[in-house]
Amino acid sequence: MAEIIDNSGGDGKGKKKAKKPAVSMDMTPMVDLAFLLLTFFVLAATLAKPKTMEIIYPKKAQDDTTKTKVNFQLATTLLLGEKDNEIFYYSGMFKPDSTQLYLTDFSKDGFRKIMLNKNARINDRVNQLKKLLQDNMIPQSQYEEEYSKAVNDSLAPFVVVKTLPKTKYKNVIGAIDELNLVNVRKRAIQDMAESEAIALRQKVAELKLDN
Amino acid sequence: MSKVKKPKSAPSLDMTPMVDLAFLLVTFFMLTAKFRNMEPVQADPPAATSLVQLPENVMLITIDTAGRAFFDISGKGTRTKLLERMMQRYPGTSFTQEQIDQFAVMGTFGQPIENLSAYISADNETKKKMDDRTKGIPLDSLNNQLGDWILEGYAAFVEDAQANGMTKEDLKKNGLRYAIKADANTDYEKVQKVIDVFREREIFQFNMVTNLKGSETNADAVLTAN
Repeated sequence: MAEIIDNSGGDGKGKKKAKKPAVSMDMTPMVDLAFLLLTFFVLAATLAKPKTMEIIYPKKAQDDTTKTKVNFQLATTLLLGEKDNEIFYYSGMFKPDSTQLYLTDFSKDGFRKIMLNKNARINDRVNQLKKLLQDNMIPQSQYEEEYSKAVNDSLAPFVVVKTLPKTKYKNVIGAIDELNLVNVRKRAIQDMAESEAIALRQKVAELKLDN
Repeated sequence: MSKVKKPKSAPSLDMTPMVDLAFLLVTFFMLTAKFRNMEPVQADPPAATSLVQLPENVMLITIDTAGRAFFDISGKGTRTKLLERMMQRYPGTSFTQEQIDQFAVMGTFGQPIENLSAYISADNETKKKMDDRTKGIPLDSLNNQLGDWILEGYAAFVEDAQANGMTKEDLKKNGLRYAIKADANTDYEKVQKVIDVFREREIFQFNMVTNLKGSETNADAVLTAN
Protein backbone atom coordinates (compact mmCIF):
# COMPACT_ATOMS: atom_id res chain seq x y z
CA MET A 1 0.00 0.00 0.00
CA ALA A 2 1.16 3.47 -0.68
CA GLU A 3 2.16 5.63 2.17
CA ILE A 4 2.61 9.30 2.57
CA ILE A 5 5.22 9.96 5.16
CA ASP A 6 4.84 13.30 6.75
CA ASN A 7 8.27 14.66 7.62
CA SER A 8 7.45 18.32 7.70
CA GLY A 9 5.88 18.49 11.11
CA GLY A 10 7.88 19.45 14.13
CA ASP A 11 10.75 21.50 12.84
CA GLY A 12 11.15 25.09 11.82
CA LYS A 13 8.66 26.85 14.00
CA GLY A 14 10.40 26.06 17.25
CA LYS A 15 7.32 24.56 18.75
CA LYS A 16 7.73 20.93 19.60
CA LYS A 17 4.80 18.96 18.38
CA ALA A 18 3.94 15.48 19.32
CA LYS A 19 5.27 13.16 16.64
CA LYS A 20 2.50 12.50 14.19
CA PRO A 21 1.99 9.02 12.88
CA ALA A 22 2.84 8.69 9.19
CA VAL A 23 -0.27 9.38 7.14
CA SER A 24 -0.94 6.42 4.98
CA MET A 25 -3.63 6.04 2.42
CA ASP A 26 -4.71 3.01 0.53
CA MET A 27 -4.65 4.05 -3.11
CA THR A 28 -5.62 0.68 -4.53
CA PRO A 29 -9.32 1.40 -5.04
CA MET A 30 -8.52 4.67 -6.76
CA VAL A 31 -6.02 3.04 -9.06
CA ASP A 32 -8.45 0.21 -9.75
CA LEU A 33 -11.15 2.67 -10.63
CA ALA A 34 -8.80 4.68 -12.80
CA PHE A 35 -7.80 1.59 -14.72
CA LEU A 36 -11.42 0.57 -15.08
CA LEU A 37 -12.32 3.97 -16.47
CA LEU A 38 -9.39 3.97 -18.82
CA THR A 39 -10.26 0.53 -20.08
CA PHE A 40 -13.82 1.63 -20.63
CA PHE A 41 -12.82 4.72 -22.57
CA VAL A 42 -10.33 2.79 -24.64
CA LEU A 43 -13.00 0.30 -25.63
CA ALA A 44 -15.76 2.81 -26.10
CA ALA A 45 -13.76 5.49 -27.87
CA THR A 46 -14.78 6.06 -31.42
CA LEU A 47 -11.89 6.70 -33.71
CA ALA A 48 -11.59 10.08 -35.32
CA LYS A 49 -14.02 10.29 -38.19
CA PRO A 50 -12.33 9.58 -41.49
CA LYS A 51 -11.70 12.39 -43.92
CA THR A 52 -13.33 12.49 -47.30
CA MET A 53 -12.82 14.19 -50.62
CA GLU A 54 -15.74 15.41 -52.65
CA ILE A 55 -15.87 14.50 -56.30
CA ILE A 56 -18.68 15.38 -58.63
CA TYR A 57 -19.09 13.18 -61.66
CA PRO A 58 -20.86 14.38 -64.79
CA LYS A 59 -24.04 12.93 -66.16
CA LYS A 60 -23.56 10.15 -68.62
CA ALA A 61 -23.54 11.69 -72.06
CA GLN A 62 -26.15 10.09 -74.27
CA ASP A 63 -24.35 10.83 -77.50
CA ASP A 64 -21.64 13.07 -78.85
CA THR A 65 -23.87 16.06 -79.41
CA THR A 66 -24.56 16.49 -75.70
CA LYS A 67 -20.89 16.61 -74.84
CA THR A 68 -19.70 20.02 -73.80
CA LYS A 69 -17.53 21.85 -76.25
CA VAL A 70 -14.22 22.82 -74.75
CA ASN A 71 -11.45 25.18 -75.61
CA PHE A 72 -8.47 22.89 -76.02
CA GLN A 73 -5.98 25.70 -75.56
CA LEU A 74 -6.83 25.64 -71.87
CA ALA A 75 -6.70 21.89 -71.58
CA THR A 76 -4.14 19.77 -69.84
CA THR A 77 -4.59 16.02 -69.91
CA LEU A 78 -3.19 13.74 -67.28
CA LEU A 79 -2.69 10.13 -68.33
CA LEU A 80 -2.57 7.65 -65.50
CA GLY A 81 -0.90 4.40 -66.45
CA GLU A 82 -1.17 1.06 -64.78
CA LYS A 83 1.84 1.54 -62.55
CA ASP A 84 2.47 4.19 -59.96
CA ASN A 85 5.33 5.76 -61.87
CA GLU A 86 3.49 5.90 -65.19
CA ILE A 87 1.99 9.34 -64.94
CA PHE A 88 2.16 11.55 -68.00
CA TYR A 89 0.62 14.79 -69.13
CA TYR A 90 0.21 16.74 -72.32
CA SER A 91 -1.25 20.11 -73.15
CA GLY A 92 -3.89 20.99 -75.69
CA MET A 93 -5.49 18.56 -78.06
CA PHE A 94 -4.18 15.05 -78.61
CA LYS A 95 -2.65 14.40 -82.01
CA PRO A 96 -1.34 10.85 -82.23
CA ASP A 97 1.75 11.77 -84.25
CA SER A 98 2.89 15.02 -82.76
CA THR A 99 1.68 15.20 -79.16
CA GLN A 100 4.54 14.91 -76.75
CA LEU A 101 3.90 13.16 -73.44
CA TYR A 102 5.81 14.37 -70.41
CA LEU A 103 6.56 12.23 -67.42
CA THR A 104 5.42 13.69 -64.10
CA ASP A 105 4.52 12.64 -60.56
CA PHE A 106 2.48 13.79 -57.59
CA SER A 107 5.37 15.15 -55.57
CA LYS A 108 5.74 18.77 -54.59
CA ASP A 109 7.77 19.60 -57.69
CA GLY A 110 5.84 17.39 -60.04
CA PHE A 111 2.46 18.03 -61.56
CA ARG A 112 1.61 20.53 -58.85
CA LYS A 113 4.29 22.95 -60.02
CA ILE A 114 3.14 22.70 -63.61
CA MET A 115 -0.46 23.43 -62.73
CA LEU A 116 0.50 26.21 -60.33
CA ASN A 117 2.15 27.97 -63.24
CA LYS A 118 -0.72 27.36 -65.62
CA ASN A 119 -3.26 28.38 -63.05
CA ALA A 120 -1.24 31.32 -61.67
CA ARG A 121 -3.87 33.95 -62.39
CA ILE A 122 -6.59 32.01 -60.58
CA ASN A 123 -4.30 31.18 -57.69
CA ASP A 124 -3.37 34.84 -57.23
CA ARG A 125 -7.03 35.71 -57.03
CA VAL A 126 -7.68 32.88 -54.56
CA ASN A 127 -4.77 33.95 -52.38
CA GLN A 128 -6.09 37.50 -52.41
CA LEU A 129 -9.48 36.24 -51.28
CA LYS A 130 -7.92 34.08 -48.59
CA LYS A 131 -6.04 37.06 -47.24
CA LEU A 132 -9.21 39.15 -47.18
CA LEU A 133 -10.96 36.37 -45.31
CA GLN A 134 -8.14 36.07 -42.80
CA ASP A 135 -8.18 39.80 -42.13
CA ASN A 136 -11.94 39.63 -41.65
CA MET A 137 -12.50 42.00 -44.55
CA ILE A 138 -15.13 39.73 -46.10
CA PRO A 139 -17.50 37.20 -44.54
CA GLN A 140 -17.18 33.46 -45.18
CA SER A 141 -20.24 33.37 -47.44
CA GLN A 142 -18.87 36.08 -49.68
CA TYR A 143 -15.51 34.32 -49.77
CA GLU A 144 -17.11 31.11 -50.94
CA GLU A 145 -19.09 32.91 -53.59
CA GLU A 146 -16.07 34.80 -54.87
CA TYR A 147 -13.97 31.64 -54.72
CA SER A 148 -16.33 29.67 -56.88
CA LYS A 149 -16.54 32.59 -59.28
CA ALA A 150 -12.76 32.75 -59.48
CA VAL A 151 -12.15 29.04 -60.05
CA ASN A 152 -14.96 28.73 -62.57
CA ASP A 153 -13.62 31.59 -64.65
CA SER A 154 -14.32 30.93 -68.32
CA LEU A 155 -10.62 31.26 -69.11
CA ALA A 156 -9.47 29.08 -66.22
CA PRO A 157 -7.34 26.14 -67.31
CA PHE A 158 -8.95 22.74 -66.97
CA VAL A 159 -7.61 19.26 -66.55
CA VAL A 160 -8.86 15.95 -67.88
CA VAL A 161 -7.72 12.95 -65.90
CA LYS A 162 -7.69 9.88 -68.11
CA THR A 163 -7.53 6.40 -66.73
CA LEU A 164 -6.96 2.86 -67.91
CA PRO A 165 -9.10 0.05 -66.48
CA LYS A 166 -6.13 -1.11 -64.40
CA THR A 167 -5.14 2.32 -63.13
CA LYS A 168 -4.83 2.22 -59.36
CA TYR A 169 -7.55 4.07 -57.47
CA LYS A 170 -5.01 5.85 -55.28
CA ASN A 171 -3.50 7.55 -58.32
CA VAL A 172 -6.90 8.85 -59.38
CA ILE A 173 -7.44 10.23 -55.88
CA GLY A 174 -3.88 11.56 -55.91
CA ALA A 175 -4.56 13.42 -59.15
CA ILE A 176 -7.80 14.97 -57.91
CA ASP A 177 -6.07 15.91 -54.67
CA GLU A 178 -3.35 17.75 -56.58
CA LEU A 179 -6.00 19.59 -58.57
CA ASN A 180 -7.73 20.62 -55.35
CA LEU A 181 -4.45 21.96 -54.03
CA VAL A 182 -3.88 24.17 -57.04
CA ASN A 183 -7.50 25.33 -57.25
CA VAL A 184 -8.30 23.63 -60.52
CA ARG A 185 -12.01 23.00 -60.16
CA LYS A 186 -12.73 22.46 -63.81
CA ARG A 187 -11.78 18.88 -64.31
CA ALA A 188 -13.11 15.56 -65.43
CA ILE A 189 -12.25 11.92 -65.08
CA GLN A 190 -12.50 9.96 -68.31
CA ASP A 191 -11.51 6.68 -69.82
CA MET A 192 -8.36 6.87 -71.89
CA ALA A 193 -8.81 6.72 -75.65
CA GLU A 194 -7.09 3.86 -77.44
CA SER A 195 -4.72 6.23 -79.27
CA GLU A 196 -3.64 7.77 -75.98
CA ALA A 197 -3.13 4.39 -74.38
CA ILE A 198 -0.87 3.40 -77.28
CA ALA A 199 1.12 6.60 -76.94
CA LEU A 200 1.44 5.98 -73.22
CA ARG A 201 2.71 2.46 -73.71
CA GLN A 202 5.21 3.65 -76.30
CA LYS A 203 6.46 6.33 -73.96
CA VAL A 204 6.82 3.85 -71.11
CA ALA A 205 8.83 1.50 -73.34
CA GLU A 206 10.96 4.40 -74.54
CA LEU A 207 11.78 5.51 -71.01
CA LYS A 208 12.74 2.00 -70.05
CA LEU A 209 15.19 1.90 -72.95
CA ASP A 210 16.75 5.12 -71.78
CA ASN A 211 17.47 3.79 -68.34
CA MET B 1 21.00 -20.93 12.42
CA SER B 2 21.40 -17.79 14.33
CA LYS B 3 18.35 -15.76 14.62
CA VAL B 4 18.75 -12.18 13.59
CA LYS B 5 15.87 -10.12 14.71
CA LYS B 6 15.07 -7.20 12.57
CA PRO B 7 13.12 -4.35 13.94
CA LYS B 8 9.56 -4.96 12.93
CA SER B 9 7.69 -2.31 11.05
CA ALA B 10 4.95 -2.42 8.50
CA PRO B 11 6.60 -3.08 5.16
CA SER B 12 5.95 -0.06 3.07
CA LEU B 13 6.40 0.47 -0.62
CA ASP B 14 5.93 3.64 -2.52
CA MET B 15 3.65 2.74 -5.40
CA THR B 16 3.44 6.18 -6.93
CA PRO B 17 6.12 5.65 -9.62
CA MET B 18 4.56 2.35 -10.60
CA VAL B 19 1.14 3.90 -10.90
CA ASP B 20 2.60 6.79 -12.87
CA LEU B 21 4.30 4.38 -15.20
CA ALA B 22 1.15 2.33 -15.55
CA PHE B 23 -0.84 5.40 -16.49
CA LEU B 24 1.83 6.44 -18.93
CA LEU B 25 1.78 3.03 -20.57
CA VAL B 26 -1.99 2.89 -20.72
CA THR B 27 -2.08 6.35 -22.26
CA PHE B 28 0.56 5.32 -24.77
CA PHE B 29 -1.28 2.17 -25.78
CA MET B 30 -4.52 4.05 -25.91
CA LEU B 31 -3.10 6.57 -28.34
CA THR B 32 -1.22 4.12 -30.53
CA ALA B 33 -3.70 1.26 -30.50
CA LYS B 34 -5.13 0.31 -33.83
CA PHE B 35 -8.55 -1.05 -33.20
CA ARG B 36 -9.41 -4.29 -34.81
CA ASN B 37 -11.75 -3.51 -37.59
CA MET B 38 -15.23 -4.80 -36.95
CA GLU B 39 -16.00 -4.33 -40.59
CA PRO B 40 -16.35 -7.48 -42.66
CA VAL B 41 -13.91 -6.14 -45.22
CA GLN B 42 -10.51 -4.53 -45.11
CA ALA B 43 -10.16 -1.47 -47.30
CA ASP B 44 -7.30 0.91 -46.70
CA PRO B 45 -8.27 4.19 -48.35
CA PRO B 46 -5.71 6.29 -50.25
CA ALA B 47 -4.05 9.33 -48.71
CA ALA B 48 -5.09 12.85 -49.60
CA THR B 49 -4.85 16.32 -48.10
CA SER B 50 -8.59 16.90 -47.91
CA LEU B 51 -9.94 17.92 -44.52
CA VAL B 52 -13.64 17.40 -45.21
CA GLN B 53 -15.14 15.11 -42.60
CA LEU B 54 -17.38 12.20 -43.35
CA PRO B 55 -20.93 13.59 -43.25
CA GLU B 56 -23.35 12.50 -40.56
CA ASN B 57 -26.06 10.97 -42.70
CA VAL B 58 -24.18 8.82 -45.09
CA MET B 59 -24.53 5.82 -47.33
CA LEU B 60 -21.17 4.14 -47.48
CA ILE B 61 -20.08 1.70 -50.15
CA THR B 62 -16.85 -0.11 -49.36
CA ILE B 63 -14.89 -1.64 -52.20
CA ASP B 64 -11.97 -3.97 -51.59
CA THR B 65 -9.11 -4.80 -53.94
CA ALA B 66 -11.09 -7.66 -55.46
CA GLY B 67 -13.84 -5.21 -56.39
CA ARG B 68 -16.41 -6.61 -53.96
CA ALA B 69 -18.99 -4.02 -52.92
CA PHE B 70 -20.22 -3.74 -49.33
CA PHE B 71 -23.10 -1.58 -48.24
CA ASP B 72 -23.70 0.49 -45.12
CA ILE B 73 -26.09 3.28 -44.22
CA SER B 74 -26.32 5.36 -41.07
CA GLY B 75 -29.40 5.68 -38.89
CA LYS B 76 -31.31 2.99 -37.05
CA GLY B 77 -34.71 4.11 -38.29
CA THR B 78 -33.45 4.36 -41.83
CA ARG B 79 -32.07 0.84 -41.70
CA THR B 80 -35.29 -0.64 -40.35
CA LYS B 81 -37.33 0.99 -43.08
CA LEU B 82 -34.74 0.05 -45.67
CA LEU B 83 -34.93 -3.65 -44.92
CA GLU B 84 -38.73 -3.55 -44.94
CA ARG B 85 -38.63 -1.89 -48.33
CA MET B 86 -36.14 -4.40 -49.68
CA MET B 87 -38.37 -7.20 -48.45
CA GLN B 88 -41.19 -5.82 -50.57
CA ARG B 89 -38.97 -5.39 -53.59
CA TYR B 90 -37.68 -8.95 -53.34
CA PRO B 91 -40.81 -11.00 -52.59
CA GLY B 92 -38.80 -14.21 -52.22
CA THR B 93 -37.05 -12.97 -49.10
CA SER B 94 -38.46 -12.64 -45.65
CA PHE B 95 -37.05 -11.34 -42.41
CA THR B 96 -38.40 -11.80 -38.91
CA GLN B 97 -38.93 -8.77 -36.70
CA GLU B 98 -35.92 -9.89 -34.69
CA GLN B 99 -33.76 -9.96 -37.80
CA ILE B 100 -34.92 -6.49 -38.78
CA ASP B 101 -33.96 -5.23 -35.33
CA GLN B 102 -30.57 -6.86 -35.64
CA PHE B 103 -30.07 -5.41 -39.08
CA ALA B 104 -30.82 -1.95 -37.70
CA VAL B 105 -27.75 -2.05 -35.49
CA MET B 106 -25.51 -4.02 -37.84
CA GLY B 107 -22.71 -2.34 -39.76
CA THR B 108 -21.39 -2.98 -43.20
CA PHE B 109 -22.48 -6.10 -45.05
CA GLY B 110 -21.69 -7.57 -48.44
CA GLN B 111 -24.15 -10.40 -48.96
CA PRO B 112 -26.59 -10.85 -51.81
CA ILE B 113 -30.12 -10.47 -50.48
CA GLU B 114 -30.76 -14.22 -50.77
CA ASN B 115 -28.13 -14.87 -48.10
CA LEU B 116 -28.81 -11.84 -45.96
CA SER B 117 -31.35 -13.48 -43.70
CA ALA B 118 -28.96 -16.32 -42.88
CA TYR B 119 -26.13 -13.82 -42.45
CA ILE B 120 -28.01 -11.69 -39.92
CA SER B 121 -28.84 -14.69 -37.75
CA ALA B 122 -25.40 -16.30 -38.02
CA ASP B 123 -22.91 -16.25 -35.17
CA ASN B 124 -19.69 -14.30 -35.51
CA GLU B 125 -17.63 -17.18 -36.81
CA THR B 126 -20.10 -18.12 -39.51
CA LYS B 127 -20.42 -14.44 -40.40
CA LYS B 128 -16.69 -14.24 -40.90
CA LYS B 129 -16.73 -17.28 -43.15
CA MET B 130 -19.58 -15.83 -45.17
CA ASP B 131 -17.71 -12.54 -45.49
CA ASP B 132 -14.65 -14.33 -46.81
CA ARG B 133 -16.64 -16.27 -49.35
CA THR B 134 -19.01 -13.56 -50.54
CA LYS B 135 -18.61 -11.90 -53.91
CA GLY B 136 -20.08 -8.70 -52.51
CA ILE B 137 -23.44 -7.21 -53.32
CA PRO B 138 -24.28 -8.06 -56.94
CA LEU B 139 -24.14 -5.01 -59.19
CA ASP B 140 -24.20 -6.29 -62.74
CA SER B 141 -27.02 -5.16 -64.97
CA LEU B 142 -28.95 -8.45 -64.79
CA ASN B 143 -29.05 -8.56 -61.02
CA ASN B 144 -28.33 -5.09 -59.78
CA GLN B 145 -29.06 -5.41 -56.08
CA LEU B 146 -26.69 -2.59 -55.19
CA GLY B 147 -28.79 -0.23 -57.26
CA ASP B 148 -31.90 -1.31 -55.35
CA TRP B 149 -30.15 -0.83 -52.03
CA ILE B 150 -29.17 2.67 -53.13
CA LEU B 151 -32.65 3.67 -54.28
CA GLU B 152 -34.44 2.11 -51.32
CA GLY B 153 -31.79 3.47 -48.96
CA TYR B 154 -32.48 6.98 -50.14
CA ALA B 155 -36.26 6.46 -49.94
CA ALA B 156 -35.95 4.99 -46.45
CA PHE B 157 -33.79 7.90 -45.35
CA VAL B 158 -36.29 10.48 -46.58
CA GLU B 159 -39.18 8.58 -45.01
CA ASP B 160 -37.36 8.35 -41.69
CA ALA B 161 -36.35 12.01 -41.80
CA GLN B 162 -39.92 13.11 -42.43
CA ALA B 163 -41.16 10.87 -39.64
CA ASN B 164 -38.72 12.65 -37.36
CA GLY B 165 -40.05 16.04 -38.40
CA MET B 166 -37.19 17.14 -40.63
CA THR B 167 -38.21 19.90 -42.97
CA LYS B 168 -37.17 20.19 -46.60
CA GLU B 169 -34.66 22.84 -45.59
CA ASP B 170 -33.02 20.50 -43.10
CA LEU B 171 -32.90 17.79 -45.70
CA LYS B 172 -31.15 20.09 -48.13
CA LYS B 173 -28.52 21.01 -45.59
CA ASN B 174 -28.13 17.69 -43.86
CA GLY B 175 -29.39 15.23 -46.41
CA LEU B 176 -28.09 11.82 -47.26
CA ARG B 177 -24.60 11.85 -48.74
CA TYR B 178 -22.91 9.09 -50.65
CA ALA B 179 -19.47 7.96 -49.60
CA ILE B 180 -17.19 5.50 -51.32
CA LYS B 181 -14.41 3.85 -49.42
CA ALA B 182 -12.19 1.96 -51.78
CA ASP B 183 -8.84 0.36 -51.09
CA ALA B 184 -5.94 2.41 -52.42
CA ASN B 185 -4.77 -0.44 -54.63
CA THR B 186 -8.11 -1.21 -56.24
CA ASP B 187 -8.20 -1.03 -60.00
CA TYR B 188 -10.07 2.10 -60.96
CA GLU B 189 -12.39 0.18 -63.27
CA LYS B 190 -13.83 -1.60 -60.23
CA VAL B 191 -14.54 1.66 -58.47
CA GLN B 192 -15.97 3.02 -61.69
CA LYS B 193 -18.46 0.17 -61.85
CA VAL B 194 -19.91 1.19 -58.50
CA ILE B 195 -19.89 4.86 -59.45
CA ASP B 196 -21.73 4.01 -62.66
CA VAL B 197 -24.45 2.29 -60.63
CA PHE B 198 -24.93 5.60 -58.81
CA ARG B 199 -24.77 7.65 -61.98
CA GLU B 200 -27.45 5.56 -63.63
CA ARG B 201 -29.61 6.54 -60.66
CA GLU B 202 -28.92 10.25 -61.06
CA ILE B 203 -26.49 10.52 -58.17
CA PHE B 204 -23.36 12.39 -59.13
CA GLN B 205 -21.77 13.74 -55.99
CA PHE B 206 -19.59 11.53 -53.83
CA ASN B 207 -17.43 11.74 -50.79
CA MET B 208 -14.39 9.58 -51.34
CA VAL B 209 -13.01 8.37 -48.02
CA THR B 210 -9.32 9.21 -47.66
CA ASN B 211 -6.59 9.05 -45.07
CA LEU B 212 -5.14 12.37 -44.07
CA LYS B 213 -1.68 12.96 -45.50
CA GLY B 214 1.07 14.58 -43.44
CA SER B 215 0.37 18.21 -42.69
CA GLU B 216 3.45 19.48 -44.55
CA THR B 217 1.59 18.96 -47.78
CA ASN B 218 -1.42 20.80 -46.49
CA ALA B 219 -3.29 22.97 -48.94
CA ASP B 220 -2.50 26.25 -47.24
CA ALA B 221 1.17 25.43 -46.82
CA VAL B 222 1.47 24.80 -50.53
CA LEU B 223 -0.06 28.03 -51.60
CA THR B 224 1.84 30.23 -49.19
CA ALA B 225 5.11 28.58 -50.19
CA ASN B 226 4.53 29.64 -53.76
